[in-house]
Amino acid sequence: MSVSDAERQVEAAKRQAVAHEAATEAAAREAALEAADTPVRRRIPELAGLLDTGAGRNLGLVAVLGVLCVIGIATADTFATTANLLTILTSASIIGVLTVGVTMVIIGGGIDLSVGKVMALASVWSTTVATQSYGPVVMVACALAVGAGAGLVNGVLVAYGRIVPFIVTLAMLISAQGLAEQISGKRSQIVTDPAIAAIASTRLLGIPLLVYIFALVVAVGWVVLNRTTFGRRTFAIGGNPEAARLAGLDVRRHTVLLYVVSGLCCGIAAVMITSLTTTGSSTHGTLYELDAIAAVIIGGTLLSGGRGTLIGSILGVLVFTTITNLFVLNNLATEVQNIAKGAIIVAAVLFQSRAQRNSP
Amino acid sequence: MTSASTSGTLLRMRGIVKQFPGVRALDGVDLDVVAGEVHCLLGQNGAGKSTLIKVLAGAHRPDAGELEWDGRRVSFSSPHDADVAGIATIHQELDLVPGLSVAENVVLGHEPARLGFTRPAGAERTARALLRRLGHPEIPAGREVGRLPAAGQQVVSLARALSRNARLIVMDEPSAVLDSEEVDNLFRVVRELTESGVAVVYISHRLEEIRRIGDRVTVLKDGRTVARNLPARTTPTAEIIRLMTGRNVEYALPERGPTPTGEVVLEVDRLGRKGEFSDVSFTVRAGEIVGLAGLVGSGRSEILETIYGARKASAGSVRVRGRALRGGSVPAAVRAGLGLCPEERKSQALLLAEPVYRNVSLPVLSRFARAGFVRTDIERRDAAVATGQLDVRPADPMRAVRTLSGGNQQKVVLARWLLTGCSVLLLDEPTRGVDVGARGEIYALVRELARQGVAVVLVSSDVPEVLGLADRVLVVREGRVVHQAPGGELDEARVLDLVMEGSRG
Repeated sequence: MSVSDAERQVEAAKRQAVAHEAATEAAAREAALEAADTPVRRRIPELAGLLDTGAGRNLGLVAVLGVLCVIGIATADTFATTANLLTILTSASIIGVLTVGVTMVIIGGGIDLSVGKVMALASVWSTTVATQSYGPVVMVACALAVGAGAGLVNGVLVAYGRIVPFIVTLAMLISAQGLAEQISGKRSQIVTDPAIAAIASTRLLGIPLLVYIFALVVAVGWVVLNRTTFGRRTFAIGGNPEAARLAGLDVRRHTVLLYVVSGLCCGIAAVMITSLTTTGSSTHGTLYELDAIAAVIIGGTLLSGGRGTLIGSILGVLVFTTITNLFVLNNLATEVQNIAKGAIIVAAVLFQSRAQRNSP
Repeated sequence: MTSASTSGTLLRMRGIVKQFPGVRALDGVDLDVVAGEVHCLLGQNGAGKSTLIKVLAGAHRPDAGELEWDGRRVSFSSPHDADVAGIATIHQELDLVPGLSVAENVVLGHEPARLGFTRPAGAERTARALLRRLGHPEIPAGREVGRLPAAGQQVVSLARALSRNARLIVMDEPSAVLDSEEVDNLFRVVRELTESGVAVVYISHRLEEIRRIGDRVTVLKDGRTVARNLPARTTPTAEIIRLMTGRNVEYALPERGPTPTGEVVLEVDRLGRKGEFSDVSFTVRAGEIVGLAGLVGSGRSEILETIYGARKASAGSVRVRGRALRGGSVPAAVRAGLGLCPEERKSQALLLAEPVYRNVSLPVLSRFARAGFVRTDIERRDAAVATGQLDVRPADPMRAVRTLSGGNQQKVVLARWLLTGCSVLLLDEPTRGVDVGARGEIYALVRELARQGVAVVLVSSDVPEVLGLADRVLVVREGRVVHQAPGGELDEARVLDLVMEGSRG
């Protein structure tokens, strides 16, 4: 009975979506007619002005996400089910947490290539036989400490060692991988503690705990970036480090803190992936850093720093996860999926740079 | 006779005008250059020399005026056009690629090649021949340019100009980075070039050099040619300085108040930084404005940034209200009540994409925060009060700073330090890129801040500005304070004489 209920809901949602599409199309046609009357030059800055604001750029991504959903509904019956939407959110949660840290580092003028393997290292370190013997609390604390510690090393080398962040974090990526392999002897470490496994299996109000953790990290990240002195200084340092320095900000200390925050996100993600797979493994998180950076880029954050939104990055993560989901549901090869992802990155950046050039 | 002289005129510029937003950088410049001469271009900072060179090099297109090259009217729309015509420019910041070899730099852009493959042997041969011609066969053609001393790089630049068969070479303060022996060598090269018919436009602040090397002099002032084709060797110094100065001051300098007698706020004691300046000592009282006059590169900005902690001193100390300031720490300086309006407003002071209020509140953000959370309403209100006091226009604190004019951007930087309530204000070129109207306002503001008890240190290339604003003036030359006097006792000619003495001293 409940199954058919769900189906009816899906049907309704579909009809609504179609109606909405039609309405938007009509509005667009109207706007186009109006635009034909008014001088084009006057309208472009308006559009660019809208795109220039963080909200406007996010609207573009929301539209992309909407199109993807429409494609999903049209091609796969199972797409618009609660179970599938939760699958999308759950699989977005781990990369999503990493992306929060990466977004902050990039807005602050740096880059963090090491997140995937720092997460793997934290998962391995927190699941050694020795660590597991102290129980779940110590395991979680260990994962967080390892992540933050790796971030601290990154930050100190960038800020005080004056090495380019790309190189520092690339080196960290490689050595974290090596250390994780050495500690684990390249074997998967099975988690025996039921409390850790319970993190991924617990549901509150039907929604997995992992999704709550993801949402919480995003919320905290958003507040820190947009409401605190820390966030404000992050934008300042990324936008013009020399001006920030001459205004009396402690740029180096702040830079260290940014990498520690990113490392801490790796620690949180490590707990999540360890729980989800009930293993600690050096193979976790391979190429996650690239997915995270790609999400940040299509989310409209400037790779050079100083401008960007966390919400954009999260929408970017959701776009990528939804694409993966669509391909899986339709039994399409992952190769094609990666080609599509690459095309989306290029399209998003082209679009943004156009919008930027048109803005005054 | 007439035909000979006209055929000798290589370059003729008439009534060149170049307008930038808010500033008329060139306002009717005439220049004649004859083949085989060293033509000196003189003028104070901001007189338009750099802009004129850029017009010549094809980097700027003039808004009005005529340019005749080799008897034909031309207009250069890109540096490439000027290059093809045979005009080469040696900029102050040498435009060499430090990671390439001497030979590669010399032939850059027209490398000898066959079927798309470069021919390094050919490039090295060309470079070696040119270096020999320039009297520097000892410079290895294979050496990386970044590893040559400044003088060597200059020679490579010259070789590059020659490799393109340049008929006119513009040299923008070539001697600034050279010691006296290297200058002698440069002059020998210049003489050889002119003997072979190449014309040189030579820019320098050192009158002594112009007497030695120059043939004719053109003087610019406020974007106009005020004297053309003066004989370089015989025109009296007083005459040249009179032409360069005596500008019609179009902005009012505020009346000078009584000599300030407040307590000493800032003490700079034998401050020095290796290779930049040494043994700089002075004090500033509350309400006093002390001006540092000097040329670009004399060490003025470096002194200011070292006081502020943005550079670490290698000798001496700075005290604020009797307490020693920790060196090399900007946060410590800001806490002690210092504020800096840096030389390059856009790159060193402002977050251009951010709104006005965020630029103003940056140094004191934590004042508006409770437990790390910014209370934006209070922040915006206080920032608006500060920008309102300085009359920043448009009076919209939400506006992105990059949309403001130069003068208003400068006021935003000033508002920042007004908000912190700083007791020592360091101003580096506060009116650069600021139009005439806003200049007057900024002068009045600086005076007003001083009247309220702020100790001000002012650095400017604009001599009348320093003389008009400062209670006391320190003249800086080559990293040393060479003269100190009350502002009212100096005149522009005397200061220029002091800063330009150069190798004469």
